[in-house]
Amino acid sequence: MNYIDSNLKVVGTRPLRPDGVDKVTGRAMYSADTRVAGMLWGKILRSPHAHARIVKIDTSKAEALKGVYAVCSAADFPDIPSEEAFVGEGPMNFRDLAMNVMARGKALYEGHAIAAVAASTPAIADEALALIDVTYEILPHVIDVEAAMAETAPLLHADMFTQGVDPKPTKPSNIAKVVKFKKGDIDAGFKDAEVIVEGRYTTQPVHQAYIEPHACLATCAADGQVTIHASSQGHFMIRAYTAKLLGMEMANIRVNPAEIGGGFGGKTLIYIEPVAVKLAQKSGKPVKIQMTREDVFRGTGPTSGAVVEVKLGAKKDGTIVAAQQVLKFQAGAFAGSPIGPGCMCGFALYDIENIDVLGYDVVSNRPKVAAYRAPGAPITSFGVESCLDDLALKLGIDPLTLRVKNAAKNGTKTHYGPTHANIGFEQVLAVAAAHPHWNAPLPAGQGRGIACGFWFNIGGESTATVHINEDGSVTVATGSPDIGGSRASMGMMVAEVLGVPAERVRATIADTASIGFTHLTGGSRVTFATGMAATQAAEKVVDELKKRAAMIWEITPDAVEWRDGQAFPAGTNAGAFEPLDLATLALKAARTGGPVNAEVSVNAQGAGAGFGAHICDVSVDKETGHVTIERYTAIQDVGKAIHPSYVEGQIQGGAAQGIGWALSEEYIYNDKGQMENPGFLDYRCPVASDVPMIEAVLVEVPNPRHPFGVRGVGEVPIVPPMAAIANAIRGATNLRMPNLPISPPRLRAAIDQAG
Amino acid sequence: MAKQYVSTTINGETTEFLCETQQTMLDVLRDVIGLTGAKEGCASGDCGACSIQVDGRLVCSCLMLGVEAAGKEIITVEGVARGDHLHPIQQKFLEHAALQCGFCTPGLIVAVKALLEENDNPTETEARYWLAGNLCRCTGYDKIIRAVMDAAAVIREEKASA
Repeated sequence: MNYIDSNLKVVGTRPLRPDGVDKVTGRAMYSADTRVAGMLWGKILRSPHAHARIVKIDTSKAEALKGVYAVCSAADFPDIPSEEAFVGEGPMNFRDLAMNVMARGKALYEGHAIAAVAASTPAIADEALALIDVTYEILPHVIDVEAAMAETAPLLHADMFTQGVDPKPTKPSNIAKVVKFKKGDIDAGFKDAEVIVEGRYTTQPVHQAYIEPHACLATCAADGQVTIHASSQGHFMIRAYTAKLLGMEMANIRVNPAEIGGGFGGKTLIYIEPVAVKLAQKSGKPVKIQMTREDVFRGTGPTSGAVVEVKLGAKKDGTIVAAQQVLKFQAGAFAGSPIGPGCMCGFALYDIENIDVLGYDVVSNRPKVAAYRAPGAPITSFGVESCLDDLALKLGIDPLTLRVKNAAKNGTKTHYGPTHANIGFEQVLAVAAAHPHWNAPLPAGQGRGIACGFWFNIGGESTATVHINEDGSVTVATGSPDIGGSRASMGMMVAEVLGVPAERVRATIADTASIGFTHLTGGSRVTFATGMAATQAAEKVVDELKKRAAMIWEITPDAVEWRDGQAFPAGTNAGAFEPLDLATLALKAARTGGPVNAEVSVNAQGAGAGFGAHICDVSVDKETGHVTIERYTAIQDVGKAIHPSYVEGQIQGGAAQGIGWALSEEYIYNDKGQMENPGFLDYRCPVASDVPMIEAVLVEVPNPRHPFGVRGVGEVPIVPPMAAIANAIRGATNLRMPNLPISPPRLRAAIDQAG
Repeated sequence: MAKQYVSTTINGETTEFLCETQQTMLDVLRDVIGLTGAKEGCASGDCGACSIQVDGRLVCSCLMLGVEAAGKEIITVEGVARGDHLHPIQQKFLEHAALQCGFCTPGLIVAVKALLEENDNPTETEARYWLAGNLCRCTGYDKIIRAVMDAAAVIREEKASA
């Protein structure tokens, strides 16, 4: 059924989230909050070197320490053959994943896991780590992406031959892959252009910086059954990857999803679970591993840093006729940067006849990158949206008007293939143009910037079950970890279909043995895809309830109507009966066929793409180079907001992460390739005093492929901020800042240089 | 080394425990006593997820030793609600959707409680600077600040009508 034009009673309101009380009272259980009797503490030894051959690992002294129950290293894990899998937001090669979880032969970055111990206390485990004697042969390393592309660069993988070039290269390289997209004739486009602008932009790797470090607890029974308790963006993902890396059958692993303390893409792969299982198997005791913050920074994936070159050609009236990009993305130590989406997203917002994009996926001695909110898109858009601002300036056209003139619409064919359908970019720009912020006079000394962003959003496989409990209350269980309030939206969609208040529906997350397969929480897919499964399951339950009422009334099911949580006879011909509510039908369930519930699995298609426009005002302290964000407005097409507060929250949170990316966050390496700022004091995420109120404006252009019109909302909001801020800084200082972060020392230096 | 005996008060209850001298108060709360509301986000006093009150003062429990709790009054997030009733701060966090993943929430609730005990009418800027030691990566702080201002108003009203 489709509810897009229905008179909705629950969807679109703002009830309290069903898991809220647990989370404000400290009762909610996150990954590190569970302990069991006899549990050991697992700890991981990490490479101090950016690039080194592992000559020998001597664990004898650690094993001999009292209180140590198990030690393991790569030798304890199966050698996994190369196998590509596409999982959610990016490609994954299981051989790389295995070698990332435990270094095999070489340490490829500082922080790479080398060995692990399990001991009775954390202190003994630390002592044991210090007793593991690793002999390294230190190798030359490379950190910078362009340095890694050079022919003379130290090679990370002797068997890496650049993919995507013809003929196949004969020499190995750190360039894992070359990606190309072409539309029209780029040379003709630039020949036709009356104005050309270009720029070279750089972004730093930034970490998702979820506040909850990775943690897990593994137990292994004598019959080989393994239980893992962990937080992640997908407990089915943990099961599949752990099974793969340990050569186990999935049915022998059960993963209980703990509450997740933030992920933003960073918890879409595994680091510690196979290690905890191995230590539990070797010791015969439950093993808990809890990363430190330093482990998180050194050992888990940020997103790519990159070099982005952009060239735009336009007619004097503002029509962009040619757009070219070269993107060089750091992948970290293993192939798999988000270069694909990087090549697609920058120009996906505009209707441009001639486009040429060239992208490189490059390995270097840094942690393997992981997904981070719209992977690749913020990087590419920082370049494109900064360059567009310069184009607007050169043309003497208002930057918003320039975007309106070139905006992609339904029917615009993208340079990577698909044709846009059911998109709301024009509506977003219209709301931006009319917004008081865009029209407010700019206070003296301040600058105002605008930038836009795009993300595909995905659907995919999800399962949901809806149960009518014996008293008529309702439970909805899904396989999607709730990372930002999705229980609320699941419960609300089910409540809407059943015609009951949101408070009657409890939403839970079922473990891997208790519900059908559900793809991970990523790609902004949960409210769309899992919401579709939950809606359909509720509809099946309504059909069943109508049958039960028909049975009680001895009429046919089509003579029963369901509204406001009750069965009514459909019209006078159906007979005169008192309505039957959920509680009554639940009470009579045993006599009418048994429990009433339904499970629905879907492979949801038609995730509507999302577009956003951010407006930001800044002031710049010219003495210190410090940027203050004075006002910030984020406008986005959200399809349909199921729970508007949590949709606004996604937009506000994404914008704040973008503010950090723009102004303060970066990895700082020393000349040995070691990260110098692996903590929250020196890796500077925005704190409350760094940001203003962030006005989130919801534009609702319903996605016709979802019963309520939902499109994903979580990723788009991190795409525009970096360019919006850089453009505002240009307005305030007349300086184009092409390198992120635009930190005080960097901006101060630019101001000084400009005199 | 022998464990140390510590007698303290946690959330109004006299509590005795044994701990290693090097164990932090956060480790004691989580691993010895079993109060897991306070979270470890950094173990270096930078994120505030482990915030507790010690004799009313806001403290990162990861920067305090367990033995230092002797004779003190400790409040953790588990002790903020008034019996079955949520504290106005907790209620306002829910009403304003001031949490997404909820991991930083226990620390924030305690930090806001300490703020409003000291100043029940903070400006937005005062609230932002007070909470600058509590990292939240999900919300962008907007709804948190709104919840704080609203909770402060409730608390002022409660005081006025008391």
